[in-house]
Amino acid sequence: MSTEETYQEYYVPHSSKLPIFASLGIFLTVYGLGNMFNEMSAGSDSSFGEIVFFLGGLVMGGTLFFWFSEVIKENHSNLYSDQLNRSFVWGMSWFIFSEVMFFAAFFGALFYVRAFVVDWIGGVGERGPSDMLWQDYEPVWPMMSPPDAEKFPGPSELISPWGLPLVNTLLLVTSSFTVTFAHHGINEGNRKKLVNWLIATISLGIIFLFVQAYEYYHAYVDLGLTLASGIYGTTFFMLTGFHGAHVTLGTFMLIVMLFRSRKGHFSKTDCFGFEAAAWYWHFVDVVWLGLFVFVYVLGS
Amino acid sequence: MNAVVEEHHDDHHDHGPAKGITRWLYTTNHKDIGTLYLWFSFAMFFVGGICALGIRAELFQPGLQIVQPELFNQLTTMHGLIMVFGAVMPAFVGLANWLVPMMIGAPDMALPRMNNYSFWILPFAFGMLISTFFMEGGAPNYGWTFYAPLSTEYAPPSVTFFIFAVHLMGISSIMGSINVIVTILNMRAPGMTLMQMPLFVWTWLITAYLLIAVMPVLAGVVTMMLMDIHFGTAFFSAAGGGDPVLFQHVFWFFGHPEVYIMILPAFGVVSAIIPTFARKKLFGYDSMVYATASIAFLSFIVWAHHMFTVGIPLAGELYFMYATMVIAVPTGVKVFNWVATMWQGSMTFETPMLFAIAFVILFTIGGFSGLMLSIVPADFQYHDTYFVVAHFHYVLVPGSIFSIMAAVYYWLPKWTGNMYDETLGKTHFWLSFIGVNVTFFPQHFIGLAGMPRRIPDYALQFADWNMISSCGAFLFGFSQLLFLFIILKCIRGGQKATERVWDGAKGLEWTIPSPAPYHTFSTPPKDMAEAHG
Repeated sequence: MSTEETYQEYYVPHSSKLPIFASLGIFLTVYGLGNMFNEMSAGSDSSFGEIVFFLGGLVMGGTLFFWFSEVIKENHSNLYSDQLNRSFVWGMSWFIFSEVMFFAAFFGALFYVRAFVVDWIGGVGERGPSDMLWQDYEPVWPMMSPPDAEKFPGPSELISPWGLPLVNTLLLVTSSFTVTFAHHGINEGNRKKLVNWLIATISLGIIFLFVQAYEYYHAYVDLGLTLASGIYGTTFFMLTGFHGAHVTLGTFMLIVMLFRSRKGHFSKTDCFGFEAAAWYWHFVDVVWLGLFVFVYVLGS
Repeated sequence: MNAVVEEHHDDHHDHGPAKGITRWLYTTNHKDIGTLYLWFSFAMFFVGGICALGIRAELFQPGLQIVQPELFNQLTTMHGLIMVFGAVMPAFVGLANWLVPMMIGAPDMALPRMNNYSFWILPFAFGMLISTFFMEGGAPNYGWTFYAPLSTEYAPPSVTFFIFAVHLMGISSIMGSINVIVTILNMRAPGMTLMQMPLFVWTWLITAYLLIAVMPVLAGVVTMMLMDIHFGTAFFSAAGGGDPVLFQHVFWFFGHPEVYIMILPAFGVVSAIIPTFARKKLFGYDSMVYATASIAFLSFIVWAHHMFTVGIPLAGELYFMYATMVIAVPTGVKVFNWVATMWQGSMTFETPMLFAIAFVILFTIGGFSGLMLSIVPADFQYHDTYFVVAHFHYVLVPGSIFSIMAAVYYWLPKWTGNMYDETLGKTHFWLSFIGVNVTFFPQHFIGLAGMPRRIPDYALQFADWNMISSCGAFLFGFSQLLFLFIILKCIRGGQKATERVWDGAKGLEWTIPSPAPYHTFSTPPKDMAEAHG
C-alpha cells in the first residue's frame, strides 16, 4: 500500500459520453435480436429486427472502440496509478468468474439430464409411472432416439471424440502455450517474439474455429445431429456453441493485442490489456477441456 | 432534485458537477450514480406498486370485477419482476454507490465509467420490459419465477423481450457487483483492514459475490428458454429428453441466492442504524461477519426447498429440508446481536430507528414462517398458497424495503445537508407499519385455510380477510406518497444537518460535511479510529 508521500491520486474521469452510448448500443442490439427472433418464429419477412440489430451492433462496436482507445490513451499519459491497475486486474478476474458460472449453468443442465432425466423418463427410479407417455423410449445416453422422435428426430450417428475434437483439443492446448511464449516476449522486451507467438496463437484459434465449423456442418448434413434432435443435440450444440462464441471473442481480443503489439504497446510492467486477453484465452481453453471430457469422451 | 448538492461544491479544489441533464447522462461520480439508482428504484417501486394495487383491487371481493384473469396474471408477474429487479436491487446498489466509497475512505467507485454504464442499462431494460404490456399477446403472464413450459411453449410472444430484458439486468448487476467488490478490495483507505469495515460494506461485499456467482446462471436459464422457444432445443421438453423440472433447478440455483441478495445489504443497514440510536457498539461484530458469510454459503445449497412438491426423490427432500433449517442458525445469531446491541442502550426512536426495529421484529416473523415452509410434509400443505405470499412479503416488504426506507432517513441528511421532517417521518413509519401488517398478516390465515396464490377469484370463505388485506395494501401504497413528499421537502430545505447528524453515529461518512461534497476522500483519510461502524 502506498505511503502518504507517494500516494498517487486515483484517477476518476470527471464525465464520459461513452457509457450512455454503450447502453443505447446494447439496448438496440438486444431489441433488434428480439424482433429478429420473433419475426423468424412468426414467419414474417419484415427486416425491422435485422436493421435495429445492425444499428445496435454498430453503436456498440463503435463505442467500445472509443472506450478502449480512451483507456489506452489515459494509461499512456500516466494517469493510472498502481492501485488503479489493480482495479483492472480484480475486475477482469471477477468477470472471468462470472463467465465460469455461465458455463456452469449449461454443464449443470447436462449433468442433471444424464444423472436423472434420462432414467426418469424411462420410468426407472422414483418416478415410476412417467414411462406411460412414450413406451418405446429407451433410457440410454447418448440419447439417439428422444421420447417423441417425430417432434425431435434423433441423430443417426455421433461425432467421435478421437477425430476432429481431439485435433481441436491439441490446437487449443498448444495455443495456451504459444500465448505464454508471447507473454515471455513482452517480459524479455523481445517484440518480435511477442508478435510472432501472438500470430501463432491467433492462427491456432482461427483454425480451431474452422474445424469446429466443419464439424457442425458435418453433424447437420451427414449425421442428422442438430439443435432440434433432442437433448443430446441441445446440450452438445449449446455447450460447444457458447464455447465457440467465446473462442471467437478471445481470438478477436488477441487480434487487437496483435495490432497494439505492432504499434509498440506493452512493456514488462505495463501489459494488462495483453494479460487480460491471455487469461481469457486460458479460461476458454479450460472450458474446452471440460467439454472434451464431458461432452465428447464421456458423452458418446 | 440536484439543487442542494450543486450549492456545496465550492470548498473543494476539484470540479463540481456539470449543469443540466448531461450531468446525469455522463456522470462518473458515485454520488450522482447512487442518486440515479435510488430515484430509478423509487419510480419502479411505484410502477410495481400500481401492479400490486391492481391485484389487491381485484381481490377485494370474490368474483371477477376489475381485471380479467389474463391481465391479472400479467399484473402478478410484472409486480414481482419489477419489485425484485427494478425496486429492491437497484435501491441497494444505489445505497452501495453512495455509501461504500465514503465508508471506506475511497475517492469514488473503482471503475467509474462502468458504474455509469451499469446504471444506464437499467432504464432501457425496464422500458423494454414494461413495453410488453402493449405488445400483442400482452406482458409476461407466467409469474415472476417464469416456470417452463408456461414461459416457453405457452408464453406470449413478448417473452423474447422479457428474456433480453433479463439479460440486460444481469449485465448491469454483474458490472455493478464487480465494481463494488473491486472498490472494497482495492480502495480501502490505508490502515482499514477487512475486519474494520462497517458491516454495510461487509454485507455488500458478500452480496456482490453472490450476484456475480448467480446472475450468469439466470442468464443461462433464460438463454435455454430462448433456444427452446425459437430454435427447437429440448432443455425443458420431456418429449425431447429434457425436463421442465430442470428449469426449476437452474432457476432456483439463481433464485435462492437472489433472495439473500435482497436481504444481506438490509442486514448491513440495520447493523449501522441500531448501534447509532442505542448509542452502543454493535454487539458481536465478528460473529455478524461470519454469520453473513455462512448465510451466503448456505444460500447455494438449499435451492430445491422451493420445489418440494414437484417430485424430487425423498433423499433430496430430506437433505434440502435440513439444510434449509440450518440457515436459521446464522440468522438467529444476527437477530440476537441486534437485540443485544439494544440491550441497556440509551435508546431514542427517530424514524430510521423505528424502521430498523420494525425490521428486526417483522423480518423475524417472516423468518419463522420460512422455517415452517422448510418442513417438507407441512410444505405440501402450504405450497402455492397465500401462506407463501405472506412469508416472502414479510421478509421483503418490512424486511428489505423497510431497511431501504430506514437507510434513506438515516443518510438523507448526509446526502442533502438538511434534516427531514421528523413528525412526518414518524407518521410515514406508522402508516407503513400498520399498512404492511394489515396487508400481509391476514394472508397467513387465508393461506393456511387453502387459498391458492396467483388466482384472481376465490371461494367465499376467504372474503373477509382478503377485504382487510386489500384495505391494508391501499393504506401502505398511498402512504408512500408521503415518503416521496418527505424526501422532496428535505431536498428543498429544512433544518441544517451537522457533520455527525446523529448523536451516536460512527463511521467515516460522518466525518465529512453535510451535504457530502461532490468529491470526498480524494486523498485517503488518516484517522481510522472513526472508521469502524
